[in-house]
Amino acid sequence: MNAKTSNKIAVATLYLIALIVVLILLSLLGYILYNGVPVISWHFLTAPAKAFTAGGGIGIQLFNSFYLLILSMLICFPIALGAAIYLNEYAKQNWVTALIRNAIEILSSLPSVVVGLFGFLLFVVYFGLGFSILSGAIALTFFNLPLLTRTIEDSLSAIPDAQREGGLALGLSRWETVTKIIVPAAVPSIITGVILSAGRVFGEAAALIYTAGQSAPALNFADWNPFNISSPLNPMRPAETLAVHIWKINSEGIMPDAKAISSGSSAVLVIAILLFNFAARFIGRRLYKRLTSS
Amino acid sequence: MLVNPSHAVDPSKERHIELLSDPAHPVILETHDLKVFYGQKEALKDADLQFNEHEITALIGPSGSGKSTFLRSLNRMNDRVAKVTGEINYRGIDINQPDVDIYAMRRQIGMVFQRPNPFAKSIYENIAFALRQRGVTNRHELDDIVESSLKGAALWDQVKDDLNKSALSLSGGQAQRLCIARAIAVKPDILLLDEPASALDPVSTSQLENTLLELKRDYTIIIVTHNMQQASRISEYTAFFNMGRVLEYDTTTNIFTNPQIQITSDYVSGNFG
Amino acid sequence: MDNEKLKRELFRPSKAAKQERRGKFISFSALALIVVAVSAIILFVTMKGLAAFTQNHVNVIDFFTGRDWNPSVKGANGQPEAGALPMITGSFLVTIFSALLATPFAIGTAIFMIEISPKRGAKILQPVTELLVGIPSVVYGFIGLMVVVPTVRTLFGGSGFGILSGTLVLFVMILPTVTSMTADALRSVPRYYREASLALGATQWQTIWRVILRAATPGILTAIVFGMARSFGEALAVQMVIGNAALMPTSLVSPSSTLTSVLTTGMGNTVMGSLQNNVLWSLALVLLLMSLLFNLIIRLIGKKGAMK
Repeated sequence: MNAKTSNKIAVATLYLIALIVVLILLSLLGYILYNGVPVISWHFLTAPAKAFTAGGGIGIQLFNSFYLLILSMLICFPIALGAAIYLNEYAKQNWVTALIRNAIEILSSLPSVVVGLFGFLLFVVYFGLGFSILSGAIALTFFNLPLLTRTIEDSLSAIPDAQREGGLALGLSRWETVTKIIVPAAVPSIITGVILSAGRVFGEAAALIYTAGQSAPALNFADWNPFNISSPLNPMRPAETLAVHIWKINSEGIMPDAKAISSGSSAVLVIAILLFNFAARFIGRRLYKRLTSS
Repeated sequence: MLVNPSHAVDPSKERHIELLSDPAHPVILETHDLKVFYGQKEALKDADLQFNEHEITALIGPSGSGKSTFLRSLNRMNDRVAKVTGEINYRGIDINQPDVDIYAMRRQIGMVFQRPNPFAKSIYENIAFALRQRGVTNRHELDDIVESSLKGAALWDQVKDDLNKSALSLSGGQAQRLCIARAIAVKPDILLLDEPASALDPVSTSQLENTLLELKRDYTIIIVTHNMQQASRISEYTAFFNMGRVLEYDTTTNIFTNPQIQITSDYVSGNFG
Repeated sequence: MDNEKLKRELFRPSKAAKQERRGKFISFSALALIVVAVSAIILFVTMKGLAAFTQNHVNVIDFFTGRDWNPSVKGANGQPEAGALPMITGSFLVTIFSALLATPFAIGTAIFMIEISPKRGAKILQPVTELLVGIPSVVYGFIGLMVVVPTVRTLFGGSGFGILSGTLVLFVMILPTVTSMTADALRSVPRYYREASLALGATQWQTIWRVILRAATPGILTAIVFGMARSFGEALAVQMVIGNAALMPTSLVSPSSTLTSVLTTGMGNTVMGSLQNNVLWSLALVLLLMSLLFNLIIRLIGKKGAMK
């Protein structure tokens, strides 16, 4: 077989493989949306779930997912920002820094179920927080910290050193230079990174089943006092999220419309993550434009 | 003017001058045995130079000759990357010692860099924000300083209606002027300029030179340049650097018309470098 | 300026110096917190994971080689039946099979994306893979339950739950990740490699096979190991389709289990501190050690790649 023929065969094979992969991936997306979207209605998105009968919704789970996301971001973001600043602006190239980077690398590669079990052990049991939003938010923080730290660090290191020198030459401290010049200049890409990691957190379930719990007690959406047990804002209540809900009703669900509910929930999850993706790109681009023009 | 004319015949030796003691232009900054090491590599060897108040001194020499390293050591911008030994006497105070507050020192000795580096903020904020960090909060006072700094850098007329525009929208020449305005807004004593015109077109360059000639009335200026004409047009004194040493230091006129060392003569006439 | 005043100003620590110290401290604390978290996870999981061996005297060798998992029952030798081999086997099988399946597809697709048709690659393939990287694993599990398990049942009989279904779900799940990492590796091969090879008269395929894939090997290996680490650590998607029977897999379509699936189903049904609970933590420890091992392999590949 000469080189030209084998080249043709190889290229044709590559076309075929790419085609198969595209078909798998698109049919996956198509399946989720085709089966799920018809289920989605205002009632479905807002009504509480039903345990034994059909016609329940995912209102509480959806709220829980967002509340947990916001809470964990509030904990995670400042830590990730601080760590990224230290790594990018202060850390010297030595073995301590290398060790710290290793540790972050390890955290990012830990299976999320291990992170969840650790959260269960330490926060739910030892610290007595119980199955609660707070426990879940902390577990998600551990899960999210390494990636968010790396994203922010990348955003900071993309800002040219000339900007740092400019600040230092004015007699500003490195800290002032970083917080007042470098971080603001990196905001567009930091925001993009934060939203993308939010998508990851939003769909996470394994870290949550033993921390935020697998039950969604009824909430009183008229009561916004975080100290009341039925208040949506109470951080000490157990809170099954949408992703956990999908897993739960498929493993042990007994409602007759479990399949429809899961399809709808999956579609909602996927659409939410699509929206996160588009929002990340859109907002990032928008902020960048605002920063560089009038 | 020559301290030791015998050096002139030996090109391997350095030749230094004592500046004319001129009551109108006293020495404001001088270095003694200034050495800079990057790791094991000695990038600058025993630089002894003096700079007069309200005059422009040009540092010239081929790439890698140590002139930028020298300049950046003067306000200790090299602290994190290099080891700097020796004395830097600023108005009689050695500022190359650990207990000097580098942030206060850099407000006296400002710097403008090779590539314009405006911050990703509005034109107004580029100038005002460092002042605000140091406690100037009065809006009128800020407005005044922004205006006078921009006027000092000859940029005011071009941007006075666009102060809230992003500084990143400025042209290269304008951006470099903004950086000068930013540097003089904190009212330094000395301005260090590291090849400030190397990224600019000829028109912007000549405007910049005029601005520097204006600025020397209020500031002492030390400028690194690759451009021989620029050095001869604007400076009173010129130091020639080569291979990490100051080989010749004299009035600009002498350096360009009557250099005492062959290598200086070769460099200023464009035969190498 | 008056020299004394200047001296005072230069030698008095400024506000900036104070801020600098504080800022450095704050940002270092944040970093230290992450390190503490990592250490705490490793420490706690290790301690809990060893308890079964130190407190409950489970035999380490029996744990790794025993084929019977029923910790609440004592076996013939008077020891609790805590043989983790079925789960360890299950985890390794789904990991290896899914990686074997995903590798050719991922490499082929990445080559197509970068070398054959960069335009279509950038327009269709890249956005689709990037999007699918973000799809939650429970969604993959659910689709596995709805599509893969019934298909396997129809084709091979049995319940449809088992290693094969787990493999297929993980294959689709890691495919986008491995593809996009492989594409990154190909993209980082310098352009002049291609040009030099093509200029020597090599065909496009010869260039890809002999030059580009060789140069990108460390990156591609990293992508595959990364995918394997994800497969090994994935819990819910696998748990939903594997059948959850803690038995040695007898065929690819018999109900089985993995370390993660037993952990997710078992942890809620045991009492903290009991033997049944402690052996579960031992499984978690195995999982943790495997994840550290994958991490080490990726690091070694990176080092070797950098040396070349």
